[in-house]
Amino acid sequence: MKTDETKPALHVIVRDAWKSFDRGRIEVLRGISIEVAHGEVVALLGSSGCGKSTLLNVISGLEPVESGEVLVDGRVVGDESTRIGLLRHHIGYVFQLHHLMPDLTLRENCLVPVVAARGDRNAGIKRLNKLAIATGIDHRLGQRVRELSGGERQRGALVRALINDPRLLLCDEPTGALDESNREKVFGLLLDLARAGGRTLIIATHDPAIAERCDRMIRIRDGKIAGEGVGS
Amino acid sequence: MIFTNLRRHRVRTLIGMVGIALGVATMLSVVGLLGGAVRMFERILRNDSELLVFEKNVSDLFFSNVPVELAQKLREQSFVKAARPVLFAIIAAPGRPVVTCFGISADDPRFDGADWISGGAGDFRDDARGVVLGERAADFLNAKVGGTVTLGQEDWPVVGVVRMENGFENGGVFMPLAECQRAFHKDGVCSVVTVALADGAKTSEVKDWVSANFPRMTALENEEFSRSYSQFRIMKTTAWVVGGCAFLLGGLSVTNTMILSVFGRIRELAIARVCGFSRGQVAWMIFGESILISLMGIAAGWLLSSAGLRVLREVPQLQGYIEPTVGWVELAGAAALAMITALAGTLYPAWVAARLDPASALRFE
Repeated sequence: MKTDETKPALHVIVRDAWKSFDRGRIEVLRGISIEVAHGEVVALLGSSGCGKSTLLNVISGLEPVESGEVLVDGRVVGDESTRIGLLRHHIGYVFQLHHLMPDLTLRENCLVPVVAARGDRNAGIKRLNKLAIATGIDHRLGQRVRELSGGERQRGALVRALINDPRLLLCDEPTGALDESNREKVFGLLLDLARAGGRTLIIATHDPAIAERCDRMIRIRDGKIAGEGVGS
Repeated sequence: MIFTNLRRHRVRTLIGMVGIALGVATMLSVVGLLGGAVRMFERILRNDSELLVFEKNVSDLFFSNVPVELAQKLREQSFVKAARPVLFAIIAAPGRPVVTCFGISADDPRFDGADWISGGAGDFRDDARGVVLGERAADFLNAKVGGTVTLGQEDWPVVGVVRMENGFENGGVFMPLAECQRAFHKDGVCSVVTVALADGAKTSEVKDWVSANFPRMTALENEEFSRSYSQFRIMKTTAWVVGGCAFLLGGLSVTNTMILSVFGRIRELAIARVCGFSRGQVAWMIFGESILISLMGIAAGWLLSSAGLRVLREVPQLQGYIEPTVGWVELAGAAALAMITALAGTLYPAWVAARLDPASALRFE
């Protein structure tokens, strides 16, 4: 999969990030700091509720930190315009549940970020066709989401995340809802697309087997870094 | 996205559209009907003239008392081609509590080119008691030329039956002015004087003359009269108020549709935000859907009202009484109201959609 050579992978820095919910009663991130280098594939490993998803949300700007700092490619993630700019052009997001719009066709779903970015539709369709071939869903683009299998839906979600050629891919348990066979296929695809495209990939998972296949794994427990390791 | 959203939620789109369509159709129909009725009244009053003279500050022309002397003196002025007194009255007939009477002079132009069913214009004389009946009046009064008709306490000889284009006139009785004045105890007065200008004369000359010589009277151009006559204003205002109420219901329908639309796809909106949609884009998407629903509703409402009014025009009982037509002004007004109502109704749903916190929405949906 060819990528835009003018767009380098992104560098992510999270410094002493704090985040709580329910008016401070539930502390989710407690002074967490991480740094992810250009093109690095990093797993955030931890059990449910440890703060992995919140950390991804904080990096993408979907949730603001209460204190601390998040920098993506040197830009402080905070205000709406920075967040929108990042999500439109630089960050792709894949969720555990595909979160595709059920009544739209797969093609329409995958082009939503192109619409959001006010991008060239024809260029978007070309990129979509390439990505669809690479992920093996090209023959399903005209289908509505409800007519697709779980694996196809998640591959569709992956294509949607990549449609604007983002340089940072955030994945929240992307294979968590898939059976073993599909899990392997989707995760393999994700790694291939990230590495071949020179993208930075941060993946939240509770599965050590997946974490081990990344360049680096960061263990999170109770909103703090519990340890780091090198993947395979 | 806007088209896609509307297409994939056809029922919801249809409900919103029907709400607006009914509002537009109701407004256009009511405005068309009452506007048509007003136009028919105007035609009775205009009677080949440019101005109307009537008593100041009367709520209804039936209460206006204009000295006939005014018409006589006006006729002597160089700027006046014709000045004709007309007395409007209501009288009861056996089985008919309300019959409209027109007290007119024999030279009144409303008989010019009329379709005489029996009798003729020459039989209607100022110095006689003979009355001319509109075709429908002759029908419901069961009267014919050569016979008599009982109106109030008196029997009146019928000298003609005429088919009038205007329903009010076609269902009315034309009496010689003097007889009409006597019967209704309006000696020496009429309801209005219709004034036709001499060539090159200005309406202001008549107005000034009336104001100087008969200060209790007023002369208005026909257009001015239509705008200012309280009865017409009440009818027109009623039309717009009734239509406006219909719009409120239509607007509520759109509001409801758009609220359902937003709350029914919180997760989708959140995903759109994650995909890079700004708050403005999300709000515009909701407004865009509302605008499209409104446009479709306006078009459907226009078609519906046009069809309904066309049917009404064909109803024999209504022919001549109303000329229900929808002009561009009415259509533009209804369209503007529909759009404003729909956009106002979309403010809250659009605000909710734009303020949506995507992370929370995805966490809890």
